[in-house]
Amino acid sequence: MSVSAPYAIAVWRRNAAMYRRTWKWNILPNFFEPVFYLFSIGIGVGAYVSEMGGMSYIAFLAPGLVCVATMNGASFEVTYNIYVRLIFEKAYDAMLTTPIEPDDVLAGEVLWAITRASIYGGCFFVVLALFGLAPLPSSLWVLLVIPLTGLLFAAIGIVFSLRIPNIDLFSFYFTLFLTPLFLFSDVFFPLEERLAAPWLWVAEALPLLHPVRLARASFSGEFSPVVVGDLCYILGASIILLSLARRSVRQRLTN
Amino acid sequence: MATPSLTAPNVVVAKAVSKRFGERLVVDQLELQVPAQACFGLLGPNGAGKTTTLRMIYGVTRATSGTIRVFGMDIDRHLRSVRSRLGVTLQQNVLIESLSPKENLRVFGRYHLLREPELSRRAEELIEFLDLRSHANVPVRQLSGGFQRRLAIALSLMNRPELLILDEPTTGLDPAVRLVLWSRIRELRAAGTTVLITTHYMDEAQRLCDTVAIVSSGKVIDAGAPAELIAGRLAPETVELDCTPEEEAALLDGFGGTNRRLRIGRRLMLYVDDESGLIERIRGYDRGDRRSVIVRPTNLEDVFLALTGASLEGGS
Repeated sequence: MSVSAPYAIAVWRRNAAMYRRTWKWNILPNFFEPVFYLFSIGIGVGAYVSEMGGMSYIAFLAPGLVCVATMNGASFEVTYNIYVRLIFEKAYDAMLTTPIEPDDVLAGEVLWAITRASIYGGCFFVVLALFGLAPLPSSLWVLLVIPLTGLLFAAIGIVFSLRIPNIDLFSFYFTLFLTPLFLFSDVFFPLEERLAAPWLWVAEALPLLHPVRLARASFSGEFSPVVVGDLCYILGASIILLSLARRSVRQRLTN
Repeated sequence: MATPSLTAPNVVVAKAVSKRFGERLVVDQLELQVPAQACFGLLGPNGAGKTTTLRMIYGVTRATSGTIRVFGMDIDRHLRSVRSRLGVTLQQNVLIESLSPKENLRVFGRYHLLREPELSRRAEELIEFLDLRSHANVPVRQLSGGFQRRLAIALSLMNRPELLILDEPTTGLDPAVRLVLWSRIRELRAAGTTVLITTHYMDEAQRLCDTVAIVSSGKVIDAGAPAELIAGRLAPETVELDCTPEEEAALLDGFGGTNRRLRIGRRLMLYVDDESGLIERIRGYDRGDRRSVIVRPTNLEDVFLALTGASLEGGS
């Protein structure tokens, strides 16, 4: 059975209907968290750093933090929120009494995670633009990087969520996976200046590295051929992970 | 198939359906025929395989063997088209607590790809039909259990289903709410909806269902109209009293008037066509010290107990 767009959109609209009720409360923390990082590290720590990657530290930090905000947005959605819908709210059990199929559920949830992630990333980008930290118009390219980042982290998180036996394991996902990504993916310092060549190849495996490089390229307006590799990584990894997720979602929802 | 039938065709036909979860056989060679436009009850104790059977009928659980046809279509091959024509109320209410009943109905209607103006029109009709008007715009989490249950049933009616599947629809509800739901279910049936209901409340089955199938350990052990099952399995009248097995033996020694009896602890139930001879006998046995004796019509509960629960002994 293949995915049907109208049914996937119906799944998306369920989440959108709930979000419309709560966005005023949800959007504030999304907005502030990366802003705190920007000021604390960018302005605080940045005062002691004359330049990084050929620019002021806060300017270096800005594009990476867009990706971090997006990654967090997607990750919360496909971990805790999906788990609540699956186990506690039983939302998918109800959907599967209608013509909606597990593939539609997966597609709708991934679309929704991309939406939420784009709200997170987009809000932060607006803040950057207001502070003059997003060079216009070239940095507008990041508006394409944001949904791609959302897709990648939706795919990673959903595979994890569908395969864990209980909700407690999400803290591992956040502290042992997302936090190191956050710290070691070119966001705070240029990896290529700090890592020996063989380790740079290992670092290529880090999923956050690729969106961050794309965001950095957008902000600088200089696109090297490396961005093609980054795009391929994001799309390739998402496709592989989502095909794994297809099988898991069917196993979790039907038997 | 070739023989023309005067009655409506069956909406659900299950043939030799089995379901195994690992080593555990949950449904065992089950046979089921749900006639169109009737109310059909699937009765059985908890764990009898009722919910698994329902899940196989709407295609979320796949049978290990056997075939299930719904509306004449193989459920495995025509999942979307079968599901677009049926509605399911799950055992546990699945509602979006932060949204109002009206919003819940609209979200659910979209699962069936309903669009405006039909979406709003149908939501309004169901708000009326299930008496949801008074709290139609209040978040669901503030509503009582009975109200939430009515909303859950309303959701499953959004697509005007030809087959309505209700899994334990009135469990945990107060008597007034149960009566309201029963009358709505009867109205739906009268309007031509086929209703398939699971319950372990025998009074509910007896009041609502044209036909019942009694399920135990994943098998249908008897099926038919409630009155036929009672007449066929037991007898129209039941006499209930407390007594020891020794008293029972003494009391019924040489008494030919009862053909069936059932004991649960100290409680003895005797099924008779006419209770007068038996009452006389009990009074004679008790002399002046009259014990409490209840005479009542035999119901499905008795049949159910006789078939599944306590040991049923043939009469003398």
